[in-house]
Amino acid sequence: MRRRGAARALLAPYGAWAALFIVVPLGFVAYYAFTDNNFAFTFDNISRFFTARSVVDGTEVYTYLLIFWRSLKLALISTVLCLLLGYPLAYIMARAGDRAQKIMMILIMIPMWMNFLIRTYAWMTILQDTGILNGFLGALGLEKIHVIGTESAVVIGMVYDYLPYMVLPIYSIMAKMDVRLLEAARDLGCNGFSVLRRVIFPLSLPGVLSGVTMVLIPSISTFYISQKLGSGRFFLIGDAIEGQYAANNLHFAAAMAFILMVVLLLCMAVMKELTVRYTGEGERA
Amino acid sequence: MKTLSRVFTGLIFLFLFAPIAILLVFSFNETKSLSVFAGFSLKWYRELLHDQNTLDSVRNTLMLAVSAMLISTVMGTAASVGIHRLRSRALRRLLNTVTDIPMTNPDIITGISLMLMFVFAGWLFGLANSLSFWTMLIAHVTFCLPYVILQVLPKLNQMDPALPEAAMDLGCTPLRAFFKATLPEIFPGVLTGAIMAFTMSLDDFVISYFTAGAGFQTLPIRIYNMTKKTVTPKMYALATIIFFVILTLLLVSNLTDREAAEQRKKKTIKRKGTNP
Repeated sequence: MRRRGAARALLAPYGAWAALFIVVPLGFVAYYAFTDNNFAFTFDNISRFFTARSVVDGTEVYTYLLIFWRSLKLALISTVLCLLLGYPLAYIMARAGDRAQKIMMILIMIPMWMNFLIRTYAWMTILQDTGILNGFLGALGLEKIHVIGTESAVVIGMVYDYLPYMVLPIYSIMAKMDVRLLEAARDLGCNGFSVLRRVIFPLSLPGVLSGVTMVLIPSISTFYISQKLGSGRFFLIGDAIEGQYAANNLHFAAAMAFILMVVLLLCMAVMKELTVRYTGEGERA
Repeated sequence: MKTLSRVFTGLIFLFLFAPIAILLVFSFNETKSLSVFAGFSLKWYRELLHDQNTLDSVRNTLMLAVSAMLISTVMGTAASVGIHRLRSRALRRLLNTVTDIPMTNPDIITGISLMLMFVFAGWLFGLANSLSFWTMLIAHVTFCLPYVILQVLPKLNQMDPALPEAAMDLGCTPLRAFFKATLPEIFPGVLTGAIMAFTMSLDDFVISYFTAGAGFQTLPIRIYNMTKKTVTPKMYALATIIFFVILTLLLVSNLTDREAAEQRKKKTIKRKGTNP
């Protein structure tokens, strides 16, 4: 009994902290989302998100639904690109020698630890019309390209910033993979591609799913990349929330955060279901 | 196949390091341009050393990161021991779910939610501006805690539960048993958790942005404010310094890792030699 009391005493500070600073603040998001400036109950903030319209390039559009759709679209494209680039890289890393693995790990981690604002800004100077990329193309006698201020530039920024978050979880699973399984598959007549499809990919699936989550969530909610690389023309839901916060419209900012949270919770539930179904991995104890 | 994978790896690392190379080069530019290199000069580094606001923000960032690391490591380790001893499955599951929230929620939602609560509390107490160093510290401790718990809890589960019990049987008080038997066993996890908390706090921009008071600027917020206006190579000079600090830390930690691994190897060989 005394020990149980000790467990409670040790947990008490964290329990109180988590309740006060994790759970209660989420309640405040909902509270602000459904109230007006005088804290009277209202649906206006939520319905504004779904009904507000504006004119873009001569056509009338649903302002915030368009922004949200764009966020989802660009985040999905970036996630798929990160997977296409990150998966082979993780595989190559896991198969390399000890020394090469260590060096590549350091190379992957350096960008993660450097401030992403400066790195994103550096991309701006690369992609500008008079920037380094076009200077390079010009020197080669090639035609200049226009990238900055397009959706492609935003996707480049997202892939650049979040690629390490895709590589690391996949790599850590692949590095632990039993090489004998691959050899066995080969001995049993698999060619390179079917070893990949039937053995390597299924085994690496937990890493893929956690990598996808780690790229998708920050890229849906980012608010700096699009302002700089999209020249402010491709507002994402993160930019919209930040803009309302900066303008001190806390209730509408909260409403958008609330909607984003609900959509992401649904996504996470689907991802979790997929993880359980395809890897047989239950909840952690 | 081998050449193909070499080329692919090379291209990816070119992509990852292109902007870093750019900012290394242009931090030494003689002119203000960030895309035309005019000549070598150290003048932006000199300017950086005279930029009191930036130096203050570096000091603030370190102060905040050290405080957040200490608080979250102590509280997180205690919480892990508590969770580990907890008998009630339902309560344990509830705590795990709550601990997962700051890690799975996007930063912008964590930031907004804390900001709303602080603003509301400020309004309740009639304060004009409730955001300060303290609100930021609370926010940083909150998002660091899960990382500490995630590192410490598995170490506790791996530990032989007989160890602290034996210590207590031999006359240790529970507190002494924790420091003498449990802590040395779980220390690698505590250390990794503390390092993670420190780096997360150091690098955080989004949550800080929403919970920062007007008078307290961290380095990421300072950088954000600088990139709103036209940027000079001064910022690149700052990034270059950060780059070399990180590079040194990573190399040192990897080298010491290797040394430790070799020593461990020697020890096991020795043990095997005397105890076949």
